[in-house]
Amino acid sequence: MADALLNPLSLTLSVQTSEAFAAPAMSLADRASRALESGVWGAVMYIVIGLVAVLTAVSVLGLVMSYIERKVAGHFQCRLGPMRVGPHGVLQSLADGIKLLFKEGIEPGDGDKVIFIGAPIFSITATILLLAIVPLAPGIQVVDMNVGVVYIAAVSGLGVMGILMGGWSSNNKWSLLGAMRAGAQMISYEVSLTIALLVVVLFSGTLKVSEIIESQQQGWWIWRGHGVAIVAFCLYVIASTAELNRTPFDLPEGESELTGGYHTEYSGLRFSFFFLAEFANLFVFSALAVTFFFGGWLPFHVGNYEGFNAVMDLLPPVISPMFWFGSKCALLIFVLMWFRWTFPRLRMDQLMRLEWKVLLPIGFVNLIVAATIVLTGLYFFPSAT
Amino acid sequence: MEREALQAAVCELDSAVSPLDANADRAAVVVEASALPAIVRRLRDEPRFAFAQLLDHVAVDWIDRGQFELIYQLYSFKHKHFLSVSVFVPREDPRVPTLCRVHPVAEWQEREVYDLFGVLYDDHPDLRRLFLEDDWVGFPLRKDYQDDFMLDRPR
Amino acid sequence: MTVEVSSLKELVEQASGDDRSPDTQEYFVNMGPQHPSTHGVLRLVLKLDGERVLRCIPVLGYIHRSIEKISEHMNYMNCVHLTDRMDYLSSIMNNWAVSKAVEEAAGIEVNSRIQTIRTIFAELERIQSHQLWWGVLGMDLGAFTPFLYGIRDREVLNDVMEETVGARLTMNYVLPGGLMADIHPNFVHRVKEFIKYFRPKLDEYDDLLTNNVIIQERLRNVGILSAQTAVQYGATGPVLRGSGVAFDLRKDHPYGVYDQADFEVPVGTIGDSWDRYWVRVEEMRQSLNIVEQLLDNIPPGDFLVKKLNSKIKIPEGRYYSQLETARGVLGVFIASDKKDEPYRLHYRSPNFNNLWCLEPMIKGDYIASLIGAMSSLDLVIPDIDR
Repeated sequence: MADALLNPLSLTLSVQTSEAFAAPAMSLADRASRALESGVWGAVMYIVIGLVAVLTAVSVLGLVMSYIERKVAGHFQCRLGPMRVGPHGVLQSLADGIKLLFKEGIEPGDGDKVIFIGAPIFSITATILLLAIVPLAPGIQVVDMNVGVVYIAAVSGLGVMGILMGGWSSNNKWSLLGAMRAGAQMISYEVSLTIALLVVVLFSGTLKVSEIIESQQQGWWIWRGHGVAIVAFCLYVIASTAELNRTPFDLPEGESELTGGYHTEYSGLRFSFFFLAEFANLFVFSALAVTFFFGGWLPFHVGNYEGFNAVMDLLPPVISPMFWFGSKCALLIFVLMWFRWTFPRLRMDQLMRLEWKVLLPIGFVNLIVAATIVLTGLYFFPSAT
Repeated sequence: MEREALQAAVCELDSAVSPLDANADRAAVVVEASALPAIVRRLRDEPRFAFAQLLDHVAVDWIDRGQFELIYQLYSFKHKHFLSVSVFVPREDPRVPTLCRVHPVAEWQEREVYDLFGVLYDDHPDLRRLFLEDDWVGFPLRKDYQDDFMLDRPR
Repeated sequence: MTVEVSSLKELVEQASGDDRSPDTQEYFVNMGPQHPSTHGVLRLVLKLDGERVLRCIPVLGYIHRSIEKISEHMNYMNCVHLTDRMDYLSSIMNNWAVSKAVEEAAGIEVNSRIQTIRTIFAELERIQSHQLWWGVLGMDLGAFTPFLYGIRDREVLNDVMEETVGARLTMNYVLPGGLMADIHPNFVHRVKEFIKYFRPKLDEYDDLLTNNVIIQERLRNVGILSAQTAVQYGATGPVLRGSGVAFDLRKDHPYGVYDQADFEVPVGTIGDSWDRYWVRVEEMRQSLNIVEQLLDNIPPGDFLVKKLNSKIKIPEGRYYSQLETARGVLGVFIASDKKDEPYRLHYRSPNFNNLWCLEPMIKGDYIASLIGAMSSLDLVIPDIDR
């Protein structure tokens, strides 16, 4: 079955496979498919190594992102943020991590223990699964399945399960309220999120994530999408902020209302799992936005300005994708943090109204417009092929 | 209205109202307990008084006279005048009709007085302790209140 | 005519009995005594249907210190020092309220220098109280940054006041018959600097919160308190003015030197949380104006009318005096029996009555609206419990 997943289906409409795009000698995916072909043990080894790599990435991401978040917040709020542990407090998240490891994991006496323990694991598993499909650089991608976008939509919905389980099993009314809010919110915004991604799928004509990036060789979809993509991007940013439970959509936590929401009863390592999942998700959703709208690891090129493009290509091929992907991601993450530290929180009914009465109609109209454009071939920018 | 004129006008309302026989810094009248809600309602509704707000409700424990004095501070936004309405009730059986129906805020203020003085308000919809626990014994602001952990005053 | 004394337990049992909805279960939640948005130890027993608040039963007394009882064993000079623990954000105004009551009752005349300095300090304190409220409102509505902006500017003002008063929170400055100390030589200069610093910051406040769409959505038409209800439920201060009743003791019954200052009383229209918000933000501007006008005309004179010993005796009688704190009318009732101690001292605290407006405001609304509405009431719990 894994074999079938890794072979591209013939469902791609008009894949713009650019010859100019020079892939490294053998991509990770190729290596993986070879490993899978070599037998059961090869497949197991690949999966184990891939999972360990992603797990490490999640932990490191959590540490780095929480440090950045606190620094950004600090400077937004006329203060410095962590300054004591290490130079400019760089070791602060590490110290916090160690503290969280040693804290007692308290379980509510009347709670549902199995679900209570399982919830944070569930939550972080969803994040790990999602991180597996993020293309960090050409070939650096754990799985590159041909139904990538469907997979993203399916797995990102899993995260809400962890939150619902956590809130339900805590046997605390505040937690339950938070979990119910999370359920309603995340399932609703999932729709807008997927519709926004579908616009790019229509343009690029493929569901495979690496091919979506390759289709942007001629220009990122945010430019080439005739404004439709810009609308889709705005929808995506709003919906992903809601998916991430960050301000202005942090109702499930809502510490001034629900005293912490679904993770009220969590402490120690279990709390840190929720915490890690949240920060890793922040990266994942920014990375996906970069992949879908900003050309992933591709450098910034403008049409036929050869000189300008040459300057943009100056970086050596190994560093270039990392630089471009990293800087685009960092910018988006900064924007999301900016949201968080300036906006107040919406109310539950306003949140639902925003989704079902504003975002969703816009999303559908946008999708129809995109489909019309693709069908009639009304591209402003001539495609290379 | 000036203070004296106001006091006189209020006293003319009913035979149950008489001027307060004590030093006070504003128009002050004494009302018989049974007539209190009716008088306060008239004070609120009659345009020449228009005492729209019950600012405050205080009880004083005059232990030597064996009386509680319940003082209602009224204020009129229209005429910008104050009125102090006193009701004297015996300490042994402190009962007075509630003002909740006239000024809803009285529900809250009367609960405080009940809590600290033990004055019972007839027909009060929700007479409970306000600050102290429900099973507290005694009423702390009474002058004869004794408690196991009260300290003797340093001489 | 019957008197029935009930208890919280009975009330809750009775309230849980009348669950009328056929398909959902209504339930109770304790909001507080430890809750991030009750700003102290206020406990609200909420009866909820989903997220809708059906009943809101405030439970008080977690921080009751029986200031009124203690005061009965203290002379008037000592009573003053307990009052800045009541509403710790308007501590000087609390001092002033007692001092004013004692001065009026004992017939002590204070000179205009004292009155001017008292007025300036009261207005500065109103500003710093509203600064903190503004930040906390932002935090209650989920935006953490305004809190630090508010605190940042409050620190500047606190530094100025600390130089003269010597304290930063429970400021203890006003005495019956004068002030604790004369103003610091730097005071006038630094207050002017502060005014110059803070005026642009108020516009920044507007950028950050006032003009924010989400804030407007969260506050407009939420927690509506009609003028009639506000009056009947004993609201005063910005809560009452937000409901459209232009009642401000500083204008209607001037004390201090407010009659010399030219200022406006901002008044709301429909009495929703937004009006209360707007009234307070506008009050900060007006307070700056008052301070600015008075600052250059502090008359010369003593800061204490005469060396007062602690034996201030008040003639027998009942005295009631009030002034406008940052939250509303603080009334001081003194019943005297000719001794140097009050026979009975009672404080009409503005928060005590303002809290009572909470239930009519938010009945049937969401928990999130409850938080916003409560924040717009600007409650200080030690002032309720006294």
